[in-house]
Amino acid sequence: MIRALAWVLRRDLLLAFRRRGDVANALVFFVIVVSLFPLGVGPEANQLRNMAPGVLWVAALLACMLSLARLFAPDHQDGTLEQMLLAGEPLVVLVMGKVISHWLVSGLPLVLIAPLLGLQFDLPGNALAVLSVSLLLGTPVLSLIGAVGAALTLGVRGSGVLVALLVLPLFVPVLIFGAGSVGAIVAGTGADAHLLLLVGFLALALVLAPWASAAALRIAME
Amino acid sequence: MSTRKRFSWYYFSSPQSFYPLAGALQPWCAALAVLFCGVGLYISFFVAPTDATQGEAYRIIFIHVAAAWMSMFLYLVMGFWSGVGLVLNTRLSSMVATALAPTGALFTFIALWTGALWGKPTWGTWWVWDARLTSELILLFLYIGFIALQGAIDDQRRADKAGAVLALVGVINVPIIYFSVKWWSTLHQGASVSLTSAPTMAKTMLLGMLIMALGFWMYSIAATLARVRCVILERERHTDWVAAEIDGLA
Repeated sequence: MIRALAWVLRRDLLLAFRRRGDVANALVFFVIVVSLFPLGVGPEANQLRNMAPGVLWVAALLACMLSLARLFAPDHQDGTLEQMLLAGEPLVVLVMGKVISHWLVSGLPLVLIAPLLGLQFDLPGNALAVLSVSLLLGTPVLSLIGAVGAALTLGVRGSGVLVALLVLPLFVPVLIFGAGSVGAIVAGTGADAHLLLLVGFLALALVLAPWASAAALRIAME
Repeated sequence: MSTRKRFSWYYFSSPQSFYPLAGALQPWCAALAVLFCGVGLYISFFVAPTDATQGEAYRIIFIHVAAAWMSMFLYLVMGFWSGVGLVLNTRLSSMVATALAPTGALFTFIALWTGALWGKPTWGTWWVWDARLTSELILLFLYIGFIALQGAIDDQRRADKAGAVLALVGVINVPIIYFSVKWWSTLHQGASVSLTSAPTMAKTMLLGMLIMALGFWMYSIAATLARVRCVILERERHTDWVAAEIDGLA
């Protein structure tokens, strides 16, 4: 099972590495969306500092959602997914591998670049640290929940818009506590409670989401 | 094997035997819905006393609360039937789940709309980002997502199962969303007005509310049965009994 996981992980990372442009696009999208907000609401520093957690988190949500289209669809088109379903290894493990590689490719870069963007919003140092930690805990949850949505809409007409409709409402708790943690540290109340809840979401999503995704894939490939 | 005729719960799990049952129950439920809603509306508009603090505007609460209850309850029912359909592979369960979704979405919308109408005179604003309002709004999004997903998939079996997985994921998520939204709004500012801290209601008010809830309950059953009959006819159109049924209608 570990070998199957490693194989999927290696394969997906290799594919992503061969198509670096796709990976960069989501990241650039994130940067652009975040940079648009000061242009839209004006460069007043206090206001920006208040908005920063929400803006960064919403942009991360959207960037993660955009990259969901790459999660299963290419494998579905070229028939790899069918072979994975036929493989002797449990589908849950293969899904897990794909989710991990999706997070490494589209979630982790967001985590790494977010502090830089936070600086643009004049966030103080401790808030930047909390922002990174909250994204580090939250983006895997986004990938896990997103995988369910991506699997459900596989090969469906208008799946791009549909996946947003399905997945964004389910992202709400992560958004609330992710942005809330940064807001709390800025307000001086400490972010521990928020971060612990994010860990809780991560644990819950890790247990449930791969099974739901695997079930949805089986339904899609029936 | 006993030859004694036993009542089987599975008997009505076949669309063919459920169709006449639904047809027989539906007018009764519809009649009860009209009755309960009529009595409930009469109590809420003419019998219930005027609220000391909120004046006459509070009367919309009778519709609002009942609709909000139904919106959440119907999602649970939808999740339940989706789960049954997914596990036991019964076609009828999935059809019922499909038929429940629009009614649930309707009640969610009514709850939001009447809430806004009530909020304007009472709170002085159409909308606040209060925990209950926000989670109700997200519930509406979940309903719409379910309907949209089923609508987008042409293959009926796949649409049923995909919708079922989504509904179940939603059922797990609804309490999480509810509590996260609740903590979120209280972390920043204490909720200025909440339904739970309202002064204890007069008996007639509670009675009106319960009767309205019963009326909405009956309406939900009637609407769902009517819709499920249409779904059955549409999906079983290739069978003989549906052909006979249609001939009988014509």
